[in-house]
Amino acid sequence: MISDEQVYQQVTQIMAEEFELEPESLQPDATLYEDLGLDSLDAVDMVVALEKAFGMKMTDEEAVRSVRTLADLFDLVCRLKNRQVTKE
Amino acid sequence: MSLKRVVITGRGAVSPFGLGVADLLDGVWNGRSGIQLMPDWQRIQGLQCHMAGPVPPFDAKPLLSRTLRRTMGPMAIYATLAAKEAVSDSGLEPDFLASGKVGVAIGSTTGSPLIYEALYRQFLPEESVEQVRSGMFFKIMGHCCAANVCLALGITGEQWAPTSACTSSAQALGLGYMLIRSGRQDAVLCGGADEVHPTVTMVFDVIKAASRSHDLPLTTPRPFDLYRDGVVCGEGGGILVLESLDSALRRKTNIYCEILGFGHVNDSKSIAVPHEGSMARTMYNALAEAGLNGDDIDYVNAHATGTVSGDIAEAVAINSIFGKDVPVSSYKGHLGHTLGAAGALETIVLLEMLNRQEVVPTLNLERPDPACSGINLVHSVDKLSLNMVLKNSFALGGVNTAMMLQRWTA
Repeated sequence: MISDEQVYQQVTQIMAEEFELEPESLQPDATLYEDLGLDSLDAVDMVVALEKAFGMKMTDEEAVRSVRTLADLFDLVCRLKNRQVTKE
Repeated sequence: MSLKRVVITGRGAVSPFGLGVADLLDGVWNGRSGIQLMPDWQRIQGLQCHMAGPVPPFDAKPLLSRTLRRTMGPMAIYATLAAKEAVSDSGLEPDFLASGKVGVAIGSTTGSPLIYEALYRQFLPEESVEQVRSGMFFKIMGHCCAANVCLALGITGEQWAPTSACTSSAQALGLGYMLIRSGRQDAVLCGGADEVHPTVTMVFDVIKAASRSHDLPLTTPRPFDLYRDGVVCGEGGGILVLESLDSALRRKTNIYCEILGFGHVNDSKSIAVPHEGSMARTMYNALAEAGLNGDDIDYVNAHATGTVSGDIAEAVAINSIFGKDVPVSSYKGHLGHTLGAAGALETIVLLEMLNRQEVVPTLNLERPDPACSGINLVHSVDKLSLNMVLKNSFALGGVNTAMMLQRWTA
């Protein structure tokens, strides 16, 4: 099973590669839209990239919409991963 | 309502010779070929032409931001880089681009074939769209070049995207000319772009109109030559800034030429077979709109792609309007057929001929086909007094265009 720390590292790497962001900008309190400059099209691609990387579905659109910061995103991915493990 | 005079004030190019107008002109004036073998295409069953004129590899990352690139396939990147160069060349300021008085007319044969391939490679195996990214549609839509150029440059005027295969950018130039002439726009970025892809070459291959001279790729295509054996597809993007003369004079910008007429006729006899009568009619219409006769013309830049029937039809048509003395050449030997970019890229080279007062011959033309002997085919780079010149562009589907240009002398 993948640890929360590994999730953190993998999400950071995906965000850096997908959106060509400098690693030092990817701080937990960085907001996706204001600080990292993402927009609604990027949010769609972010979900596709994360779903592929972690082999899961992020179908709860309300939960995705409520993500403001990278820390929120890590929490959401960890929650979904853990739920997936519980189901398995 | 009085009609506006229309001039060309900017040029931008991405071509098989590289990024920028300077590389394009350097390749043409040095008699180089942009054609190469595409060995990887041998894997494709039934495809018999394994040659193309691709743009040399480059990294678009430092040239365009990620948010722009995410909705661009290669052709939109070519169009945008060419548009940026043309805007810079013309000295169009951001405020003018955002004034609503500047529009675009930029076409292509289709949206990006490379991205279409990527989409269907994802979609077909499992009939799934789960991995489709948000930028996909914007790369394959018919107006991918026009829309992305507008976004990149902050253009807020009219957005048009003629899609007529090999005449896409020629139609775009004609459309821009009409938009400015009528007073709807003060300036229009006009041109087109297209990509090298096996499914594009396939179009010509299946109708036996693509070259198969793989033993000597640098000597094909051979427009007007007795041993020509068809088209080789190239790629790139060409953009010209068309502007009202009033606006250009007000901005005190450099003027390359004035557009005096645009002929545009349909051939309803066949969707695929070139028709010399329609070609002649479009040339005649361009001349008539300019108030000129065949005798007034100093040079004709032929569409001539190197197909057996197309080159003969065009030679016969040119002869019927201009007789046998007007110098004629084609740039397809240098560039291949850059399809939706051809009309604009070739006009850029033509403007340089006006500037240098030199004619460039058709590359790879060694033994003129006797069936094309009714015209004066240029064989070397020669100094020539060039004032009035005509540019032909034709397309599958029956489209025939001709643009009448006059050198600008202030």
